[in-house]
Amino acid sequence: MPEAIVIMDASAIGRALARIAHEIAERNEVSAEVALVGIPVGGDILAARLGKFLEDIWKHPVPVGILDVSMHRDDLDRRAAPKVYPTVMPFDVNGKTIVLVDDVLFSGRTTRAAMDALNDFGRPKKIQLAVLVDRGHRELPIRADFVGKNVPTAADEKISVHVGTKDEVVLERK
Amino acid sequence: MSWNKKDLLDIESLTPGEITTVLDTARAFKAVGERAIKKVPALRGKTVVNLFVEPSTRTRISFELAEQRLSADIINFSAEASSFKKGETLKDTALNLQALNADFIVIRHSASGAPHFLARTLSARIINGGDGAHEHPTQALLDAFTIRERKRKIEGLNVTILGDILYSRVARSNIWALTKLGAKVTLCGPSTLVPKTFEQMDCRVTYSVDEALREADVIYLLRIQHERQRKTMFPGIGEYTSLFGLNKARLAKTKPDALIMHPGPINRGVEIDSEIADSDRSLILEQVTNGLAVRMAVLFLLNGGKGPHEVA
Repeated sequence: MPEAIVIMDASAIGRALARIAHEIAERNEVSAEVALVGIPVGGDILAARLGKFLEDIWKHPVPVGILDVSMHRDDLDRRAAPKVYPTVMPFDVNGKTIVLVDDVLFSGRTTRAAMDALNDFGRPKKIQLAVLVDRGHRELPIRADFVGKNVPTAADEKISVHVGTKDEVVLERK
Repeated sequence: MSWNKKDLLDIESLTPGEITTVLDTARAFKAVGERAIKKVPALRGKTVVNLFVEPSTRTRISFELAEQRLSADIINFSAEASSFKKGETLKDTALNLQALNADFIVIRHSASGAPHFLARTLSARIINGGDGAHEHPTQALLDAFTIRERKRKIEGLNVTILGDILYSRVARSNIWALTKLGAKVTLCGPSTLVPKTFEQMDCRVTYSVDEALREADVIYLLRIQHERQRKTMFPGIGEYTSLFGLNKARLAKTKPDALIMHPGPINRGVEIDSEIADSDRSLILEQVTNGLAVRMAVLFLLNGGKGPHEVA
């Protein structure tokens, strides 16, 4: 019988994002260089929200982009073709500090694909990684700079992040 | 999101959902073509054979560029310079390509069903780049993409296909695609080239041009395929132009926002007035741009394996 546990509710997600925004502001002295890039699905909405928080902290608009990474994945012939989302990069990435935003950090392969995809747009000064949930089980030497919540999981468990209509993070056990 | 086919052989066997999946995927690939770096590594390490047994310029170039932009390795094979001249059968050529471990074969052939034959014979993924007068699926997909991008929908639109329907694989694939997506298709042209039997494909046949064009949201023109006609199907080009060519007088009686499309190559002054071909309402060059995105999307989707859609 599958079991689903809510591990973060809307309020917890909101507080985690607010804290991450402050950590991003603390880490990056030159605010004008920072741009957020969300990875769909999920990361794009989180990036937009982080952008709002940072705007309040820095008192100026923060550029936010959307980066689809499916064309750069390393498992394309091992699974059905993924859904491809439009990429929107409304700023020059050259010389910027790019904060990649994803909902869940798991194997690290999405992050690797994202870094590759980002290189097609130019050469950022730095790339940092912000995730709402880090569930472990990395397959690559990648770690997040900003984490909303660390959630130890079993490999066959599933983490679903819902943002948009009803915000929650759900852990599903088989 | 639904795609689990090995090959793209025809539109007839696709579901509306599968067609929509290609169109949605193509939207993202169109954006790739607008970047400074237009290449993505999705097909890195894959080998694509372009087996063009029947001459083709635009489709072959479009496929080639699509493959290059996906980082695939490419082998080009054309009828003139190949072993077909030396008497090798399609099956033997295909088995040779398989022996080279080709992952994809894009085939254009004058025999209807040639791609289906390859798909049954080989494990490589097969894409039909036009087979005889049967189908030209990527053309219909790029046309549907172009219409949807401009009109924001396809369902409920009146699409008139005007010209040589009988010998046109483009017409057949477009009739399948557009009717599956809910458009109302009208066919028009000389009665020898537009047999009433096409009504079995859920479309309307009329021989009055003005009536066919009056309510059209999209006017799709076709070239006379002289190379496929075994006998004279109408008195002459001049008469065809005066009876069925799209000229300014006929265009004036259409809806002001009716779009004009043509799969190319166009014959200026025959099926289309030169000025109309160059006007704002003509999407002919946009079709070419979109063809690249659609072919990238098809290659990308066929590259997918059997596993689940979900990603970690």
